[in-house]
Amino acid sequence: MHVHVATFFVELGAVLFGLGMLGRLAGRLGLSPIPLYLLAGLAFGSGGLLPLGAPEGFLTTGSQVGVILLLLLLGLEYSAEELVGNLRQQAPAGLLDLLLNGTPGLVFALLMGWPPVAALAMFGITAISSSGIISKVLTDLGRLGNRETPTVLSVLVIEDLAMAVYLPVLTSVIAASGAWVATRSVLIALAVLGVVLLVALRWGQQVTRVVSGGSDEVVLLRVLGVALLVAGAAEAVHVSAAVGSFLLGIALSGELAHRVQGLLGPLRDLFAAVFFVFFGLSTDPGQLPSALLLALGLAVVGVATKVATGWVAARRAGVGPGGRLRAGAALVARGEFSIIIVGLLTGPVHDLIAPTVAAYVLLMAVVGPLAPRLADPLARRLVVRAQARAASSAPGSASAPASTPASTAASSPGVHPDVIRTGRQDR
Amino acid sequence: MDLEETRLPGIGLRHDFVTAQGRRVGVVSQRSGARELVIYDPLDPDACQAVITLTGQEGEVLAELLGAPRVVERLARLREQIEGISTEGLLVAEDSPFAGRSLGDAAIRTRTGASVVAVFRGGELIASPRPDFVFQAGDRVVVVGTEDGVHAVAGLLADG
Repeated sequence: MHVHVATFFVELGAVLFGLGMLGRLAGRLGLSPIPLYLLAGLAFGSGGLLPLGAPEGFLTTGSQVGVILLLLLLGLEYSAEELVGNLRQQAPAGLLDLLLNGTPGLVFALLMGWPPVAALAMFGITAISSSGIISKVLTDLGRLGNRETPTVLSVLVIEDLAMAVYLPVLTSVIAASGAWVATRSVLIALAVLGVVLLVALRWGQQVTRVVSGGSDEVVLLRVLGVALLVAGAAEAVHVSAAVGSFLLGIALSGELAHRVQGLLGPLRDLFAAVFFVFFGLSTDPGQLPSALLLALGLAVVGVATKVATGWVAARRAGVGPGGRLRAGAALVARGEFSIIIVGLLTGPVHDLIAPTVAAYVLLMAVVGPLAPRLADPLARRLVVRAQARAASSAPGSASAPASTPASTAASSPGVHPDVIRTGRQDR
Repeated sequence: MDLEETRLPGIGLRHDFVTAQGRRVGVVSQRSGARELVIYDPLDPDACQAVITLTGQEGEVLAELLGAPRVVERLARLREQIEGISTEGLLVAEDSPFAGRSLGDAAIRTRTGASVVAVFRGGELIASPRPDFVFQAGDRVVVVGTEDGVHAVAGLLADG
């Protein structure tokens, strides 16, 4: 018994410390740590380079807590009003994004002869960008002020909201057997979702009051407690624990949301890392080589469709050609969501799915942060060309100073819908 | 001057405007309190040419240097105008019994007759805080009332 505890701590300690070193390496390289965590999981799993047995129980539970925390903190970033407001303005761009990027996954799964459930899962896996990676890259590159950035962020918000609908549908389809049972449980899941969203919109303040107040310790315990309770209740009615905690995050608002983000952020990072490792652990590395080619094909299509999405969405908002390309390149990264989705596929659906998705996310989480950097020179060339064209089409303005485009962009008809003109006077 | 306000979902707000000389300048206010001063590229109006990241405190200093009227100063002027009314910005110390407790818990108006009109936190002004507002150590609580009342609030925040 004593020996067992000792090996457990040593192995778990080695895993966590190793992850810390990998995370630092990723930070140095300017990459997302997610692919490295996945690779670590593959290496530690059975058939890997360094199989570890003891901490599996901890990692299983930890990875589930990781999903709950990932989604809870994602929900905390948005208020219900923000979600509804974005839905109204960006619905066409969001719909285009989901169709353009989900369809390749769906078609791919059907071509491979995978069952319909797997096809539905692949739709989500290829459609959803990683909001975590993307907002970090935008911050790192100093692009928060760019005029295409609100468009990129809005697309991400719509995706997250679409996930809130998609995940319960997927989980109830997975759980059900037969078309009628599946339809019924999907309807139940959607009804529950509707009720919870309504509660979040109408009574968010009251929900917030239940957990707010007191010292950090007390708030931390209460929020974590409520999150696990809600996640468990959601799981019991087949709405998936992840969605339950996402909706709770949306319902908590204002000052408290801010505070909880600070308190739970580090905990989320820890358990999210465990989640990625666990996914790597449960994937058979032997299948990886044959899955890599499939994933490569998906990745090429995935980059192209995201760039197209960003281009169209940014053009709708009146952004110039350079910004359109930057918006598309920024959206490329896929990550945590794709793995959450494939993790929901319990039972043996098909041997190749998990390794294919693992390889796909490995590729996309590496390409994602690189794409905006690589697209930058190209975007610059597009800007220069657009300038030259504008100058030649309007000969009178050829000698105008270079500072005028700013004002022409602002007065163009397609100003971003989020823009509110305040026209404030100097006081 | 047209000041444009744009929401950045999940991050914060962006304000920007074009100067009389035709340069576009903006400020990104992140929810974390960090500020980014951005100067747009004259060639590519969608992109930033320079981004300067400021902490909440640095942002405050810059605003002061650029001549923003400070609320506290204006309150000080107000105090001079109305006799018998006292205004004070009181610090919630680390060891204050109300750090981590709500405005409602403190029951300041009932107990002292003075009102909390605003709280400064991390360079941000929270006007008219509601009863469920939770004090944190380092908050500066702006209180208005009679001189005795304001004095009583200072004692209350220090000793409970």
